[in-house]
Amino acid sequence: MYVAVKGGETAIAEAHRLLADRRRGPRDLPSLTLAQIAGQLALAVDRVMAEASLYDPTLAALAVKQARGDMIEAIFLLRAYRTTLPRLAISQPLETAAMQIERRVSATYKDLPGGQLLGPTFDYTHRLLDPALAEAGDEAADVAAATRRPSSGERVMRVSDILDGEGLVEGDGHFGADHVAGDITREPLEFPMPRDTRLQVLARGDEGFLLSLAYSTQRGYARTHPFVGEIRIGLVEVEIDLPELGFAVSLGRLRITECQMVNQFKGSAKEPPQFTRGYGLVFGQSERKAMAMSLVDRALRAGEFGEDIVAPAQDQEFVLSHADNVQATGFVEHLKLPHYVDFQAELDLVRRMRADYEAKRADEASDEDAITSEAAQ
Amino acid sequence: MSAIEGIARTNYAYLDEQTKRMIRRAILKAIAIPGYQVPFASREMPMPYGWGTGGVQVTAAIIGPQDRLKVIDQGADDTTNAVSIRAFFEKVAQVTVTTHTREATIIQTRHRIPEAPLGEGQVLVYQVPIPEPLRFLEPRETETRMMHALEEYGLMHVKLYEDIARNGHIATTYAYPVQVAGRYVMDPSPIPKFDNPKMDRSPALQLFGAGREKRIYAVPPFTEVKSLDFEDHPFTIQHFDKPCALCGSTHSYLDEVVLDDRGGRMFVCSDTDFCEERREAGHVGELGVPA
Amino acid sequence: MNAEQPLLKVSNLSRFYGGRIGCLDVSFDLWPGEVLAIVGESGSGKTTLLNCVSSRLQAQAGRVEYRMRDGRLRALSDMGEAERRFLMRTDWGFVHQNPADGLRMTVSAGANVGERLMAVGARNYGQIRDTAVDWLERVEINTDRVDDPPRAFSGGMRQRLQIARNLVTAPRLVFMDEPTGGLDVSVQARLLDLLRGLVSDLGLAVILVTHDLAVARLLSHRMMVMKDGRVIEAGLTDRVLDDPREPYTQLLVSSILQV
Repeated sequence: MYVAVKGGETAIAEAHRLLADRRRGPRDLPSLTLAQIAGQLALAVDRVMAEASLYDPTLAALAVKQARGDMIEAIFLLRAYRTTLPRLAISQPLETAAMQIERRVSATYKDLPGGQLLGPTFDYTHRLLDPALAEAGDEAADVAAATRRPSSGERVMRVSDILDGEGLVEGDGHFGADHVAGDITREPLEFPMPRDTRLQVLARGDEGFLLSLAYSTQRGYARTHPFVGEIRIGLVEVEIDLPELGFAVSLGRLRITECQMVNQFKGSAKEPPQFTRGYGLVFGQSERKAMAMSLVDRALRAGEFGEDIVAPAQDQEFVLSHADNVQATGFVEHLKLPHYVDFQAELDLVRRMRADYEAKRADEASDEDAITSEAAQ
Repeated sequence: MSAIEGIARTNYAYLDEQTKRMIRRAILKAIAIPGYQVPFASREMPMPYGWGTGGVQVTAAIIGPQDRLKVIDQGADDTTNAVSIRAFFEKVAQVTVTTHTREATIIQTRHRIPEAPLGEGQVLVYQVPIPEPLRFLEPRETETRMMHALEEYGLMHVKLYEDIARNGHIATTYAYPVQVAGRYVMDPSPIPKFDNPKMDRSPALQLFGAGREKRIYAVPPFTEVKSLDFEDHPFTIQHFDKPCALCGSTHSYLDEVVLDDRGGRMFVCSDTDFCEERREAGHVGELGVPA
Repeated sequence: MNAEQPLLKVSNLSRFYGGRIGCLDVSFDLWPGEVLAIVGESGSGKTTLLNCVSSRLQAQAGRVEYRMRDGRLRALSDMGEAERRFLMRTDWGFVHQNPADGLRMTVSAGANVGERLMAVGARNYGQIRDTAVDWLERVEINTDRVDDPPRAFSGGMRQRLQIARNLVTAPRLVFMDEPTGGLDVSVQARLLDLLRGLVSDLGLAVILVTHDLAVARLLSHRMMVMKDGRVIEAGLTDRVLDDPREPYTQLLVSSILQV
């Protein structure tokens, strides 16, 4: 007598209880606060905000905590919440030239107006594990507070503007006055995709995927001769236009990272030679992602510049259809769901084909036997 | 922490009304052009892509409090993902749920069509992983859309031809391509080809949702659905050598259950509701007990 | 259908690449069963012309008209995409220089030949396969290779398979772009023989692009000489080759035909 396995409901409930237990960890340790996560694991929170495309450090910290530190799970949690939010307004374009700068580096000029500013970077730290950080307790005494210099309030000109002044780099590009930026979270993707929506896909694309693609362009799979024109990190105002007031109102400030890559020059009989550009912009502090994004953006513009499309990073459908880690993880992980109906169908077929094969071999063997015995006679 | 207080509220059936209207428009278009894949602005759902987000969005767009919902995965009501999706709708749509095929107004399914014939007024919602039947012959969306538009389906038969040349018969056992109403070639989702004939002229409305791939398509009631084949290699469905070990059915799709490590196997109905109903009606298989 | 009427009429066809001329103001008629060679050096515009005529490339000026099976002359530009593509895979053929561009390298030879039949609705596996086998025979490919993919074929066999794949729907017009290019001389000779036989047996009209005047002499009835995107001389093949009028043609003939 056989009883089929039942009780999916109970199993799920118990699994979730166990998950909650493991998430809480040893009960003799205090539970992490969201403020601790947002304050001390800020780059994890930044990545979650960037790839979830929702700027809210508190909710991103909650997602990190709820996901037990699994970044893609945290991004997924925040995305699922984002979906339920109404669209109230579309902001004015962010004015990154008016950024309150925390870090700004250019690889193309030794010095430039506004100067180079290292900011809170891992660059030039020697990657030695620091035992001081391992000690429990209050390190406040050991870590001096950052000194603050009042902002001069001056705009720090962008490197692209410097080159543009000489006409040596392509301009920012123009959409018509009536152009409404696409929204990849509200409209289905269609190929070929214009650059505004391509940049949206890249901005929320998986950091690791974009990093590897960007790396592949450097190694010769669609080389674009990149120079970091400028990376800047800092705070920018978000403004919305209120027609009833007749002016724009600030909603607050976001920390963002912007990368302007200056690439291989182009020219023709009609157009003067000038550098081309790749662009990267992400929420929070994430230079790696912004740089990778700008390299991939430039690679994806191959068609625009009449370059042959030969490498993965130049292939719109390939890059844009596979950049989203929430989609990717869902589909890869769905393979663990039951597939026994399909597998049964395949199993049945392979068994039949196998039987045919064995029968054919047996036939051939008996034919050979017959020939051998004839020959013997 | 006002942000945290705001996150518990969601609309009826999870999606906001604007989104539901957008999905309903896509569904109407899909019904108007049987088998044609309608792009829609698939939302991010609180379950992973590839786990039924397309089916869930379709169900969410058509469900109301008066509906009776059945959810199956691999034919069974108690597989974990089916349980999870059913619980989701109980919570967000306060809907009555059932395991009985005949009682349900909406049946959301992954990989099977119920054995009991569906009737007028019932809606079968399929979860679809890859909606494009030509995808594995031609990976480019721009190309496949052109092929559908121009009805260039020669390539599909090239694949079937290769199967026969190589194996002596068509070696596709699930997600077996069909042509709907004599026009669009459609992926029926990964149901076993055993289920394909049930789609043909079904009195029920069949809706297909692919969330990750952002496509909805449909087979309206009483529409011809033909499985692709050759005249001299006609489409056939699987047959099982043994009846169901629990209910003795000889005309249902069976799952193989491994009983021990000495080669012991049994075959039981994949459609759990069908099997239970038969046992309640007094049918008993080799290893079953009377209900 | 009347053999007294042209099968194809090309009028004032032009195509530019930016400011550069691809082909300029080309006009000609092609008659049923006629083989027309377009010759010239590389860069002379012959492949551009072939691609424009076969609507694989859009011309910027001029028109191409084709006499359909019902006898009506229709402009290609007036047809919808679906009708044009249908024409291209039934009544027309296109033989590429590189067989890999015209074959599906990963599916069997049989399926390669059968694809066009299936595309127009053939649904009997046995008949499709028999037709494929028959065509392999006609192009001198051993019929026991019917289930092998072209990947396993030699260059000459691939080219013959490509020809079979094109001819299976009994087209009336076939475009050929350097069909013997890239093959060894002995393999070329065999392929030319085969092509000559098929073309005359089937009464095919052919537009043949080649830089090889010996190929043109062997296959074509009439030829056009191109230079810098323009047709500079046209006439019966024997006349052009034996009595070239343009200095450029004279140069071309003297430099190549000596060998």
